[in-house]
Amino acid sequence: MADQGRRDFIGMVFGGVAAVGGVASLYAMKRTWDPLPSVMAAGFTTVDLSPMKEGEFRTVQWRGKPIFILKKSKEMKKCDDRDLMVGNEDYLIAIGLCTHLGCIPAWEADKQIFKCACHGGEFDACGVNTFGPPPRPLDIPPFKIEGTKLVLGEEGPEYKKLVGKA
Amino acid sequence: MAHFEKANSVGEWLDQRLAVNKLMKVMMTEYWIPKNINFLWAMGVVLMTMFTVLLISGIFLLMYYKPDTKLAFDSVNYTIMQEVYFGWLWRHMHAVAASVVFLVIYIHMFTAIYYGSYKRGREMIWISGMLLFVTFSAEAFSGYMLPWGQMSYWAAQVITNLFGGIPFIGDELVIWIRGNFYVADSTLTRFFMLHVLLLPLVIMGIIGLHFYSLRIPHVNNQEGEEIDFDAEAEKYKAGQKKESKVIPFWPVFLSKDLFVMGVFMIFYFYLVFYHYNFAMDPINFDPANPMKTPAHIYPEWYFLWSYEVLRGFFFDVGPIAAMDIGLAAFGIANVIFFLMPVLDRSPVVKPAHKRGPFFIWFWILVVDMIVLTIWGKLPPTGINAWIGFFATIVFLVSLLVALPAITKKEAERAGGAA
Ligand code: FES
Repeated sequence: MADQGRRDFIGMVFGGVAAVGGVASLYAMKRTWDPLPSVMAAGFTTVDLSPMKEGEFRTVQWRGKPIFILKKSKEMKKCDDRDLMVGNEDYLIAIGLCTHLGCIPAWEADKQIFKCACHGGEFDACGVNTFGPPPRPLDIPPFKIEGTKLVLGEEGPEYKKLVGKA
Repeated sequence: MAHFEKANSVGEWLDQRLAVNKLMKVMMTEYWIPKNINFLWAMGVVLMTMFTVLLISGIFLLMYYKPDTKLAFDSVNYTIMQEVYFGWLWRHMHAVAASVVFLVIYIHMFTAIYYGSYKRGREMIWISGMLLFVTFSAEAFSGYMLPWGQMSYWAAQVITNLFGGIPFIGDELVIWIRGNFYVADSTLTRFFMLHVLLLPLVIMGIIGLHFYSLRIPHVNNQEGEEIDFDAEAEKYKAGQKKESKVIPFWPVFLSKDLFVMGVFMIFYFYLVFYHYNFAMDPINFDPANPMKTPAHIYPEWYFLWSYEVLRGFFFDVGPIAAMDIGLAAFGIANVIFFLMPVLDRSPVVKPAHKRGPFFIWFWILVVDMIVLTIWGKLPPTGINAWIGFFATIVFLVSLLVALPAITKKEAERAGGAA
């Protein structure tokens, strides 16, 4: 009987050691697939908004994704809860990937819409889905405002306000 | 210590140490196969051959391929295709085999469904086969990505994006899988590792399991007849070859398999030399560009049916977004066939044409999957969206509702008759 107890004990100790080793290696494996520090550090992009003209549309690249920036003119549709105000200027900032399957929609200036050629999804000048399969408006990337500069990749107060409301 | 006699031949020497004679018997000369099976049963051997072709052609491609986003496209489209002697041959063999392997897998699967080869002790054969199907799918997808063309890139983008649909951890999971915020070099290198090492190892392991799982319940036959393999084998060994219902795998049965394989290989090489294009998407001859999507994204033909299930629901139902229903349906489509042995409630093992309603069910499923495959490639707009939607509904209902209902009735009838 004492023998059995000793065996059980050794069995449990072995199980414990194996479990610790297993968890540790799983953690190491998980971390190995995490983005590298250099990737994380390269996650910021700064764009100067001041040279943009009214009604101008641009695409910049951030973290390999297209970012739409549209400086709105007077006639363009405004949305309080999705537009970014820098001073008195009104901008749309959005990740330019269709929320359906990830195609890049094109800005059609004459119709004032973003049209996704893949399955015909449409978004208005506020980035809100108005037609077709996209399930939600275009996503807003994390950003921060420094004067007239837009820093993509950091969650500033303006960003928190936008998504808090949206 | 074991005692060894001096061996008189190499064969004997090996037999003493490795029991090769016994092994040959178990694996080949006394591995019994029913006589009444048709050419559809040769698909296993065809698949094994295709896997070997993929492995060998893959090894030759591996020697020139460069898993780097800057070099990958040219290493395939310039180095392998233009410079390497016979590089084009390996590439076309690899690409065509990757495509037809799925054709054969589907035939293999539907043969099993038609003849009820997934039940009465054969469940593990079916389950291990489905595991093979899933790993082959992952293998095909990871390989499709490697040439780093536009379609490769956006396929990777869409497929990795799907994981974003998983509640709570989705967004982080996508970044983790990609190793970056977008499909980037880290994504390419890890998929390369999966494609050339990890998944092939897993596949080989499951192939071993799949073969082993056949050993005890034995292979099914055209009539679904229950054969006493031991008794029939005795008859065969006693010389009553005519009366016996079984034949040995080697050399008798394999000769038939080899014939089917010969015909298949002619078809295969015809494709490799004259129609390799069907396995190559023209869009994939543009280098990957993360800032520009092709107008219309679709997967390879063998994934189209499940892709269409994913897209089938294009409108929200109450509070649930269309995307989420689609994802759930897609998830179901990918695991539902594993459950065949459970969904089919009837113990009857017979070919479908002797099972009445099951026969109709079988052909509805086949036709529906063909419809899904065709519409999976069409843009999902207008009427196409509706056809995709109804085909998706038919798919889900026939497997989840109709199959259990039909087979339950059948089980009652069978019970009543006995
Ligand atoms: S990806 Fe934009 S509509 Fe489908």
